[in-house]
Amino acid sequence: MLAMNYRGPYRVRADRNKPMPRIEHSGDAIVRVTRSCICGSDLHLYHGLVPDTRVGTTFGHEFIGVVEEIGEAVQNLKVGDNVLVPFNIACGKCVFCEQQLYGNCHESNPEATAVGGIFGYSHTAGGFDGGQAEYVRVPYADVGPMIIPEDMDHDNAVLLTDVFPTGYQAAEMGGIKPGDTVVVFGAGPVGIMAAKSAWLFGAGRVIVIDHLEYRLEFVKNYAQCEAYNFRSLEDPVLFIKKTTDWLGADVCIDAVGCEAAGDAMQTITGRKLMLQAGSATALHWAINSVKKGGIVSIVGVYGPTGNLIPIGNVVNKGITIRANQASVKRLLPRLIEHIQSGRIDPKQIITHRIPLEEVSDAYHIFSAKLDNCIKPILIPPSARK
Amino acid sequence: MMKNTEQDYSHIKGWGFDADPLDVPSYPMKKRTENDNKGMIWERPPQQPELVEVLHSNERPGLTAVFGTPNPPAGLSGKIRRFAFRYSESMIRHWLLLLLADRVNVMEGVHQDIRSGHIPDFFGELGGKAELKYNKAGLIRKVALGVLVGVVAVACLRRKNE
Ligand SMILES: [Zn+2]
Ligand SMILES: [Zn+2]
Repeated sequence: MLAMNYRGPYRVRADRNKPMPRIEHSGDAIVRVTRSCICGSDLHLYHGLVPDTRVGTTFGHEFIGVVEEIGEAVQNLKVGDNVLVPFNIACGKCVFCEQQLYGNCHESNPEATAVGGIFGYSHTAGGFDGGQAEYVRVPYADVGPMIIPEDMDHDNAVLLTDVFPTGYQAAEMGGIKPGDTVVVFGAGPVGIMAAKSAWLFGAGRVIVIDHLEYRLEFVKNYAQCEAYNFRSLEDPVLFIKKTTDWLGADVCIDAVGCEAAGDAMQTITGRKLMLQAGSATALHWAINSVKKGGIVSIVGVYGPTGNLIPIGNVVNKGITIRANQASVKRLLPRLIEHIQSGRIDPKQIITHRIPLEEVSDAYHIFSAKLDNCIKPILIPPSARK
Repeated sequence: MMKNTEQDYSHIKGWGFDADPLDVPSYPMKKRTENDNKGMIWERPPQQPELVEVLHSNERPGLTAVFGTPNPPAGLSGKIRRFAFRYSESMIRHWLLLLLADRVNVMEGVHQDIRSGHIPDFFGELGGKAELKYNKAGLIRKVALGVLVGVVAVACLRRKNE
């Protein structure tokens, strides 16, 4: 079958000879992919920053498709169902799944205990192949996948697998109270959805900080927020202090993660020399520009090793930090309601539809921020007829 | 500018819809159950048969009920990976060894490609076509810089030899 194939940092290709996935466990399903996205966190893999990303791996944790085959224990799905598949692989039974911490399942990733299994996200997240392919193996098919509601646009469905839930959970973890000033670092797809979601929790002011003009322009229109380019601010922290009556923001959201720009020391030690798990500039700014007693919410992806972050300021300012991979399954019912009522229309962030065969170009366009790309989706040949 | 809580936000679709902390999917905390604090006791899903080598963190006993099977450890990179898994996730050497294995694995990938008669198309794999289409100026600059560096290097070497 046709599938994306990782060959090394910045090098991927569409491979026609990838073996078809098989049922390997009684709870598995095989899904024929109809749409998959490239995610900002795929870029960390693409850039070679995530340990144990093996050559030959297929990425892609954001996909929807049609059930082609089911294991003997699968009860909730049948062949032919249109499903959206959350990026977390979760058993639904372990102590963490019981708490609805589906991103932290203890029965889906043998390689590491900190994070649960994730489709196409290196062996550090369980070694599963992802959905940037024609077919994908979906373990625990009774737990994660959800039948796409009849009236739902499939472009919205694919954004429910990660981007919208992650942005929403970022806002939710911020504990926003009505009237709060919320600052979102990063105007990528997740930052955009976090800014949009902040209003649902009653934010009084939403400010987004990024360095790419086209993204700032986009988020300003889509999320009706204020948007500033940190390249044109001498000091983003000072700017936020000044604009919040010198107290700081009530809630700061890090929607950037380990490849942040904007601080030379972080960039050199984190991205060039890899002496820390990527650059923590956004987190740094979030901690320093939140008000005392405020909440910092992290959904940006960081590696498992250490980072240089101002922990002293966390203590001295009495900051609450909340962070996690989104528990997609927990959030789906509410988010579907938001889409169906028209409060949010996530599909508007999709800017590029690219044939799966052109995956090398798709990655390059997204990674190099060419052609004003916000969110690219890949369409396999069988879904284009 | 100070925030103004008296402001009218009705122009923002859905404003305040999830403002009630008792009516959002999890705030302020996740669902707790009577199984908390009982350790690794739950009804485990059936075990996936281990048909390929699967490395597992030494911070847990054995394998999880399911796991991915593509690209099992092999070759020199596989040896390094096996060695890395002697150390816990809190040891930096665990991760640095895995990153080292990744770099070795890239070389193995090129070697494997060539051995199976597939000459890797580096230009295409790096997204060269997209670069040509959307960033021709940037590509020309990069190529020109490369040529310049080459010419200077050759010139320097010549001078040294003279
Ligand atoms: Zn994603
Ligand atoms: Zn679980």
